[in-house]
Formats: sequence, C-alpha cells, structure tokens
Amino acid sequence: MNALLIRDLRLAVRAGGGLGLGLAFFLIVVVLVPFAVGANTDLLSRIAPGVLWIGALLACLLSLDRILALDFEDGTLDLLATAPVPLEAALSIKALAHWITTGLPLVLAAPILGVLMSLPPQGYLWLVVSLLLGTPALSVIGTFGAALTVGIKRGGLLLSLLVLPLYVPTLIFGAEAARRGAAGADVSTPMLLMAGISAGVIALMPFASAAALRINLR
Amino acid sequence: MSLWEYANPVKFLRLSERVLPVLWVLAAASVGTGLIWGFFFTPDERLQGSTVKILFLHVPAALMAINAWFMMLVDSLIWLIRRHHVSALAAKAAAPVGVVFTLIALVTGAIWGQPIWGTWWVWDPRLTSFLILFLFYLGYIALWEAIEDPDTAADLTSVLCLVGSVFAVLSRYAVQFWNQGLHQGTSVPVATGERSVADVFWQPLLISMIGFGLLFLALVLYRTGTEIRIRRTAALLARTGARG
Repeated sequence: MNALLIRDLRLAVRAGGGLGLGLAFFLIVVVLVPFAVGANTDLLSRIAPGVLWIGALLACLLSLDRILALDFEDGTLDLLATAPVPLEAALSIKALAHWITTGLPLVLAAPILGVLMSLPPQGYLWLVVSLLLGTPALSVIGTFGAALTVGIKRGGLLLSLLVLPLYVPTLIFGAEAARRGAAGADVSTPMLLMAGISAGVIALMPFASAAALRINLR
Repeated sequence: MSLWEYANPVKFLRLSERVLPVLWVLAAASVGTGLIWGFFFTPDERLQGSTVKILFLHVPAALMAINAWFMMLVDSLIWLIRRHHVSALAAKAAAPVGVVFTLIALVTGAIWGQPIWGTWWVWDPRLTSFLILFLFYLGYIALWEAIEDPDTAADLTSVLCLVGSVFAVLSRYAVQFWNQGLHQGTSVPVATGERSVADVFWQPLLISMIGFGLLFLALVLYRTGTEIRIRRTAALLARTGARG
C-alpha cells in the first residue's frame, strides 16, 4: 500500500503538472470573482469564505478523472483488482494520493488567496481548518464518481454532474463554518457536522467506490 | 404464488397488460375528479384567494417525486441482491417520470410563491432539497444514457441510487441548517394525523394524491413494458446478426 501511495504521488508530480494545474485553476477562479462582482472590499470580504470554498471544490473536481482514468487505460487497475490488497484499500490510497496532491495544496493556498478576497483576519484560521477537514471528503467522494464513470468515453462532464450533488452537504457545512469563523461567530456546530461527514465518507465510501469499479472492470 | 413470479418478464408483461387499461381509467378519473373538483368547486381561501388551488397539483406532484425516488431505491436494491432484470428496468422507467413530477412541484411552487411570498424562489430548505433531488434525477438518467452495456448500466445506476439516497437525505438535513425557511410545514402529517388543511380542500386533495399515485404506477408499468420490449428487440437483432 505504501508502494501504491508513493507510485501515485510520483506520477502526479511528474506527469504533466496535475499538481500545479489545480492550484492555477483555484487562483484563476478566485481572481475572476472580483472582476464579476466588482472590487467592493466589503462585499468581497463577506463572500470570501464561500468563494474560496467553491474555488477549492471546482479545482478538486477538475482533477478527479485523473485518479483512475490513466490506470484504467494501461491496465493497472486490472492488476490492482486482482492484487492481494483489497480494492477498497487501494481506492482509499488513491483517494489519499489525490488529496495530498490536490486537496492539501489547495488548503495551503487558500489563505494567500484570502488576502486577495480581503478575508477578515479572524477568518483565516477557520478557513484553513474547515478546508483541511472538508477536502478529504471531496477526494473520497470524487473517487466514487471516478469509479462510476471510468469506463465511459468523455465521461468528464458526466462525472461533474454526478459528483457535484454529492458535494452539497460538505460544501454547506464547510462554507458555513468558514463564514461563521470570518464573522467571528461560534463555528463548532457546522465544523463538527462537516468533520462527521468527512469521517463517515472516508469510512464507508471506499466500499461503494470499489463496488462501482468492480462492475466497470468486469 | 409469490410476488417474485412477476420478476419473470413474460408474466410481468401479461399482468401489466391486464392491469394497465383499468389503471389508466382509474388514474384519469381520479386525477380528473381531484383537479376539476379542486379548481372549480372549492371556495377561495380567505387570505390567499384562488392561488391556493395550485395545491391540488403541487402537493401530489411533490409527494410522487419523492416516492418515485424511493421506488427506484427499492428497485435498485432488488436488482443488486436478486438480479431481476424487470426490477432494474422499472427503476430506469421511473426516473423520467420522477423528474417530471419534481419539475411540476418546483414550477407550481414558484408560481404560487410569486404572489404569496413575493418571490419566485427562495433558498428555503424544502425548495433547496427538491432542487437537489432534481439534480440527482438528472445524474441518474445521464448515467443510464452514457453506458452501453445494459447490465453494467443497471449495476452502476443502482450503486449511484443507493449512494445518492444517503446524500439526498444528508443534504435535506444540511440545508435545514440555515433556517426553518418560508415553506409551511407538511400539510398532511401521516404520523400525527392532524392536518392543517380544511375539509373542503382536503377531500379533492386526497383524490388528487391518489390519482397521481395511480398515474405514476400506470406510467411506470407502461414504460417498463416498453423497456422490456426494447431489450427483447435488441436481443433478437443481436441473434440474427442484423445489429447496427
């Protein structure tokens, strides 16, 4: 399993800048927002937590099909499915690798982009914490979407259609926690609920992903 | 004589062909009675005037929109556990019907909300969760369309339906988090039996709800029959080598 993790990380870093792409996309989405809604600082600081969450979510979505598509094409997935490691575990590792290469950089970049969005000073900590707890859920749910659509040619758009509704609860609680943090209010309720969702999907989702992938590899 | 006998497509078709004409008539009669009674033979409500009559379309559609998804969930479970093709096809047949009911509920709600709430749309928990349900329906149908092999498609959509159900419920409670919203509480609480609708409106509403239920059943049976025949045609074409 360690070998798989290291292999996935290496591939992500070396093969064609998947790492930087998500970050650049995040940056561009956030930069485009002031162009669209105007550069009013009050307005920006009010919508900053939500915009940063949406940006992170879309950047995460962008790289989902990379989780499985390449391995599906060259037959690696067939080997993984017949390997002694259960497919559930392999997919968890793949989701973890996706999180390390996509989710974690987004979390680290978010405070810097927060400056651009004139996020209030007390909001930074909770923004980072909410993203840190929420992005693993995005990766794990995304792996399920990737497993569903892996056999479909040009499944990228379908993947978005399937995965985005599944992102709704995470987004609601995550953005709410970040928003309350920025407003200086108590964040514990949405934060705990979101952490609960993350823990739940990390525990259960790999089974659904593996089931979907087995069907696709049949 | 068990229910599972009708998992056999031939038996299913024979039964549904016998039941369908009766079902169409009953559905048309009760939808017609419910709506005509509701629209023309009920008094205007004291505060809302005649706008309240959209209730007879809105509530039954919303009811069936949720129940259609629930039926798809049960069908998906039966398909995954017992591998009855009719079950998977019934789930496939129910999805477009469900999506139309969801759309009717959303649109009639918006039309009613404009004069009464003063807005077409608010991000109220109920409205939002229906919108999310709508998105789930779209994803489900799109996945059916995207996969060529019918068994793979049935398997994957079933898995999606199970996972989607969990997330639909999660979303339902997540959006409640904002506030209680504008939408009134349920008008037909099954558990307590105390309804907030007056008898004059209740009777046609009940008939309309039964009618929508029957209509849904008839549509699903009919569409399932069509799906079975499509599958047979494909099988015949494949056997004669004339596929293309």
